[in-house]
Amino acid sequence: MKKQWGLSLVLLVGLFLSQWAQANLTIRITQGNDQATPIAVVPFARDGVGVLPEDVAQIISQNLERTGLFAPIPREDLISLPSSARDVVYRDWRLLRVNYLIVGQISRSGNELEIRYEVFDVVRQERLMAERVTGRTEALRDRAHFISDRIYEKLTGQRGIFSTQIAYVTAEALSGRAEYRFRLHVADADGQRSRTILTSHEPILSPDWSPDGRRLAYVSFEQGRPAIFIQEIETGERFQLTNFRGLNGSPAWSPDGQRIAMTLSRDGQPEIYIYELEQRRLTRVTNHFAIDTEPSWSPDGRYLVFTSSRSGGPQIYRVNLSNGDIDRLSFEGNYNARARFSPDGDEIFMVHRDAGGGLFSIAGLNIETGRMRILTTSPLDESPTVAPNGAMVMYALMQGEQGVLGVVSTDGRIRYELPAAQGDVREPAWSPFLD
Amino acid sequence: MELMKYSKPFALAAVLALVVGCGGSTQEGVSEDVVADEVLVTDEDARRAEAEAARREAAARAEQMQAEAGAMPEIFTIYFDFDKSNIRSEFYDVLNAHAAYLMANPNARVVLEGHTDERGTREYNMALGERRGQSVQRYLSLQGVASSQMEVVSYGEERPAVRGTTREAHAQNRRVEFNYR
Repeated sequence: MKKQWGLSLVLLVGLFLSQWAQANLTIRITQGNDQATPIAVVPFARDGVGVLPEDVAQIISQNLERTGLFAPIPREDLISLPSSARDVVYRDWRLLRVNYLIVGQISRSGNELEIRYEVFDVVRQERLMAERVTGRTEALRDRAHFISDRIYEKLTGQRGIFSTQIAYVTAEALSGRAEYRFRLHVADADGQRSRTILTSHEPILSPDWSPDGRRLAYVSFEQGRPAIFIQEIETGERFQLTNFRGLNGSPAWSPDGQRIAMTLSRDGQPEIYIYELEQRRLTRVTNHFAIDTEPSWSPDGRYLVFTSSRSGGPQIYRVNLSNGDIDRLSFEGNYNARARFSPDGDEIFMVHRDAGGGLFSIAGLNIETGRMRILTTSPLDESPTVAPNGAMVMYALMQGEQGVLGVVSTDGRIRYELPAAQGDVREPAWSPFLD
Repeated sequence: MELMKYSKPFALAAVLALVVGCGGSTQEGVSEDVVADEVLVTDEDARRAEAEAARREAAARAEQMQAEAGAMPEIFTIYFDFDKSNIRSEFYDVLNAHAAYLMANPNARVVLEGHTDERGTREYNMALGERRGQSVQRYLSLQGVASSQMEVVSYGEERPAVRGTTREAHAQNRRVEFNYR
C-alpha cells in the first residue's frame, strides 16, 4: 500500500513537473559580476528523508548568484561536505578563498521536513546564523526561497526578493494571419512554477499587482475593445472595473490599495484619471490635448509620474496630487516613457531612446539630481518593473524575433534573461513582498 | 454640412467633365485640317455634338460613381509615419471611397482599428493607435459620415499585420484598418 502511494505521488509530481517545464522560464545569465563575493553552498545532508523533489542548496546557490553580489564556487570544487558546525574546518574554506560558507541538513519531523542551516564567515571564523525551518515536502521550494531571503538579508542588510512573484503575458502566434493566443501568468521570481490565470484570443497587457499581492489589475481586449479588469490571483475571481468609450489602460494601484490610476480617452484624448475603489469616484488628473498615459505612483502616494507628448515626443512628467502642479522630469533623449519608481522614491526606471534615435533602452533617472544611467543595450527594451527591494529591474526585450524577459541589477552589474520555450514573453510585473 | 456632404463626388465629376471636354476640342482641330471645305458648315454642329457627348459621358460617370458608392471599397488599410497620426495625401482616395460607401449605406458600421509598430512602449502606442483612428474618423466625419456609423478601437502594437523588426515590417504595421461589422 505504502509503495503504491509512493508511486502515484511520483506520477503526480511528474505530471505537474512536465506541465511546469513547458510553461516555465529558464534562466540564462548574460552578464556576470567579477567583483562578486565568493561563497560555498554545500549540498544539504539528507537524514532519513530519501530522495527529495528539490535540491535546496542548489536553489539557494542560484538565488544568491542571480543577485550579482555572490559567486558560488562549483560543487566539484568543494573539498569536504560538512552539514553542521562540528564538521566545518575553516582552513579548508580559506584555501578555497570563499568569504562565506553555507551548510545544512534535512531530516524528518513528524509529517514535515525539518531544514537546519548555518552560515559561517570564513574570514572572521565565526558562525553568523544557525536556524531551522519546517515544511511539507510540497513546500520545499518555498522554504528554499525563504532560507535564501534570510541569508541574503543577513549578509547584505537588504530584504531578499526570492519569495516574491512575477506576473507576465505570453503571446503565441496561431495558424493564420494575426491569430494569437494571449495568456496572463503568475510565477516565482525565478520564472519557476508558472501558472496561467487568464487565456484569451484578444490582447492582454499592463498587469499591475495590488499592494497586498493578492490581486492583479490588467487590460483585456476580450470584448473587442480595451477594458480594465481586476482578478483575485488565488481564486481566479474577476470583475470588470471600466468600460469607457475609447482607451481604458495603464491601471496602477496606489500604495494604499484604495485607488487605481489609469488612462481613459472618454473625453476625446488620453488623460490620467484616479478611480477611488471604495467611493467609486473618478477624478481627472491631467487635461491636455497631447497624449498623457502610463501613470505610476510615488511610494508615498503624493505624486504620479506619467508619459506625455505635450513637448512633441514622449517625455516623463510628474504631477503633485495635492495641488495639481506638473513638472517635467526627463530631458535627455527624444523618447522617454513608462516610468516606474524605485521603492525609496529617489529614482525612476523608464524606457529611453537617445537623441540619435537608436536603441530603446532601460534607464534609471535620479529625480533629485537629474542624472541618468542607461542599464540595458539591446534594441527594443520595454516595460521596466522594479523588484520590491529596489535591487533589480525586470523588463521585456526582443531576442531576434522572440520576446523574452530580462533582469538587470539597478547598479548594472549583472544581467540575466528568462526566455520561454515558445511564444513571446512580455509585460512583466514584479509583485510586492508577499507574506 | 449638407453642402460638404456631396462635394467630393461632384468635384470629381466636374474634373472628369473638363477632361472629356478638352479631348473633344483637340479632335475638332484635327478634323479642321483634314476636311477644309466642310469646316464652316460642321464646326458649330460638331462643337454642339462634342459638348453633348461630354455631358452624357460625365453624367454616365457620375451615375457609375454613385453606383460604386453603394459598393464596398476595395482597400481597407491606410498607413502612417513613425509616431505620426496625420493622414498621408496618397490615402485620401481610399478614405473618400469609404466615405461614399458609408453615406450611401447608412446602416453600415465600421470599426476604425488603429495600430502601431513595435517600437516604443505598449500603452503609449495604444494612445498613438487611437490618434490614428481618430484622424480617420475626423476626416470621414468632415465628408459627412454620421458619427454613429464609426467607432475607433486602438490595438496599439498588440496585433501587428506582419512580424519582424525590419523597416518594411514596421511600415506595414503603422496603420488604420477599416473593419466593417
